[in-house]
Amino acid sequence: MTEIDKISAARSEWETTILKEQLAKAPESHEVFTTESGIPVKRLYTPADVAGIDYLSDIGFPGEFPYTRGVYPTMYRGRHWTMRMYAGFGTAEDTNKRFRYLLQGGMRGLSMAFDLPTQLGYDSDDPLAEGSVGRVGVAVDTLADMEIIFKGIPLDQISTSMTINAPATVLLAMYIALGEKQGVAAKKLTGTTQNDILKEFIARGTYIFPPGPSMKLTMDVVEYCFKHLPKWNTLSITGYHIREAGADAVQELAFTLANAIAYIEAAQQRGLDVDDFASRLSYSLGCHRDLFEEVAKFRASRRLFARIMRERFNAKDPASLLFRTFSGSCGSTLVAQQPMNNTVRIAMHALMGILGGHQAIHTASWDEGHALPSEEASKLSLRTQQILAHESGLTNTIDPLAGSYYVESLTSEIETRVTEYLRQIDAQGGMLKAIENGYVGAEIQRSSIRLQQAIDAGEKVIVGVNQYTEEEETSHADQYLHIDQDIDAQQRKKLQMVKTGRDNAAVTKSLKELSVAIDGNENLIPPMIEAVKCYATIGEICNLMRVRWGEYKDPSVL
Amino acid sequence: MTEKKTRVLISKLGLDGHDRGAKLVAHALKEAGIKVFYQGIRHTINEVVDKAIQEQVEFIGMSFLAGDHMTIVPKVINELKQKQAGNIKIFIGGIILKEQIPELKSMGVQQVFLPGTPLKEIADYVKTHAAKQDL
Repeated sequence: MTEIDKISAARSEWETTILKEQLAKAPESHEVFTTESGIPVKRLYTPADVAGIDYLSDIGFPGEFPYTRGVYPTMYRGRHWTMRMYAGFGTAEDTNKRFRYLLQGGMRGLSMAFDLPTQLGYDSDDPLAEGSVGRVGVAVDTLADMEIIFKGIPLDQISTSMTINAPATVLLAMYIALGEKQGVAAKKLTGTTQNDILKEFIARGTYIFPPGPSMKLTMDVVEYCFKHLPKWNTLSITGYHIREAGADAVQELAFTLANAIAYIEAAQQRGLDVDDFASRLSYSLGCHRDLFEEVAKFRASRRLFARIMRERFNAKDPASLLFRTFSGSCGSTLVAQQPMNNTVRIAMHALMGILGGHQAIHTASWDEGHALPSEEASKLSLRTQQILAHESGLTNTIDPLAGSYYVESLTSEIETRVTEYLRQIDAQGGMLKAIENGYVGAEIQRSSIRLQQAIDAGEKVIVGVNQYTEEEETSHADQYLHIDQDIDAQQRKKLQMVKTGRDNAAVTKSLKELSVAIDGNENLIPPMIEAVKCYATIGEICNLMRVRWGEYKDPSVL
Repeated sequence: MTEKKTRVLISKLGLDGHDRGAKLVAHALKEAGIKVFYQGIRHTINEVVDKAIQEQVEFIGMSFLAGDHMTIVPKVINELKQKQAGNIKIFIGGIILKEQIPELKSMGVQQVFLPGTPLKEIADYVKTHAAKQDL
């Protein structure tokens, strides 16, 4: 009789005696227990549940294939994760002030949010931009705005993560031009362009061009940075928004990996070797509600990715195998009711992120159900991470949940389920096809409905929303960030001044050269750098591509 | 005689692409037996108003998560009035401050649904405020 047989036999014995007696006296609260994503959860996990896992080949050591325990050998014992607060709102001056404030508070990396007109390649004076200028992020029309945002912030001393996708090429061109003005060579720039256009079609909606040309732009960044910005993370392949659109944890990871596969294949088609660029890809996943499921998801993500890179793409460089992540609070788990309760949820997000072994962690703010984070709320979120980092003992050992029968079992279960999704996507001819034929959207919608129904029915308790509600809640309205309604006009005026002061002949010439490069299907970053240096606007640049490629329209199927 | 269903247009105006809520509301109304038209994201005021008139809807439901509702909503209402469709009832939902509700109602919004509203409440609102079917 093996050790596992003995444990299984003893478990049966326990079930038919002690457990049975207890259940006869008092049944459990639910018939079935599941994770947030609907994976069945057993009453108890024992060594029998992990008997199929081979420690050396499935779990291993940090910094070593298959990286289940972490991508680096010393993890947080070496240094803590980067505490990255997502910020950017209003005018360039406002954002500069917030960035300096965060840097003084001990933050090492900046994370930049752009307003919707910028994300969609419209100038602030475009009629479509009305009401959106400076709302959900900072407005960037020209290099002049970037110069103000980074005033007094030397680019060689910080890393900047830009949440920019459809016009990522333009913002990267501006960042390179800004570095040049500060005397910082392109090769020294560190940071990230999100540049993940596929998830825009799936989840987030800020696409401009059809999928083909959109992928071309994504690849222009990958190719250009391989040659000129060796320290730049070219793509942050992001599951976060897929999760926020309603996907469950398994779908989030599966679709993120499927997107990664599509990008890697596209880069190979450009003639790049997988080991040329894979180490500059980074990943982002959400921290949702279910602690163990999230940690298992993060652990499974590293293992799955390393296996895909080795087995599917034949990557040789160990750096290509690393699923380096920036993870963040899922805003959809934060609620508007009794908003102070969100501080507890945010601490849980940070806990999941730390136990999950991320390289950078973002914590949302308690007031996000009502407005953009106020300075105070944003500071509390940063302090939350610092308290966990320094006071809790969480960072003393690597991957502390490893070896938990439950967590290991769940890690393997998620891996199995994700692998099945990847098989189905391959069978449809890859991720682009699976997005275009509606499969991915329908899968997400199914999960979104399931979760909402569970909440509406009260099966899934959300404190303050469907239980423990209060008739008259304390109002915190005076603490919310107020964005100046006049910001549209201010930004338009500033843009007008830039347009008046610039050398318009040089702008026309640079845009003409860009136009030629678009027609010639060249890498567009070099001509974009020239154009932004003459203060060509993001709208002027994107309109050239709109004219050439057309715009993508949401098929809007329910 | 065939029963005439209540007709509702669900829209996302402005540049925001977060459509999870709008899709959930559209689905829930459909399940409740309401005829729903869903336009998808990033529609202009004119596109929404024209669609509402073309489909002869009784309600327009709009979802806002990017803080642009105070700018867009009055323009939609004004455009509806200009096109003799001021009788169409307006409800909105999303990241909206409770303190803004009185102003929104004075603009002509019939109902505002804040985050966390059960979907059934929205379906019930539509049914309660719909004109009598047999008229």
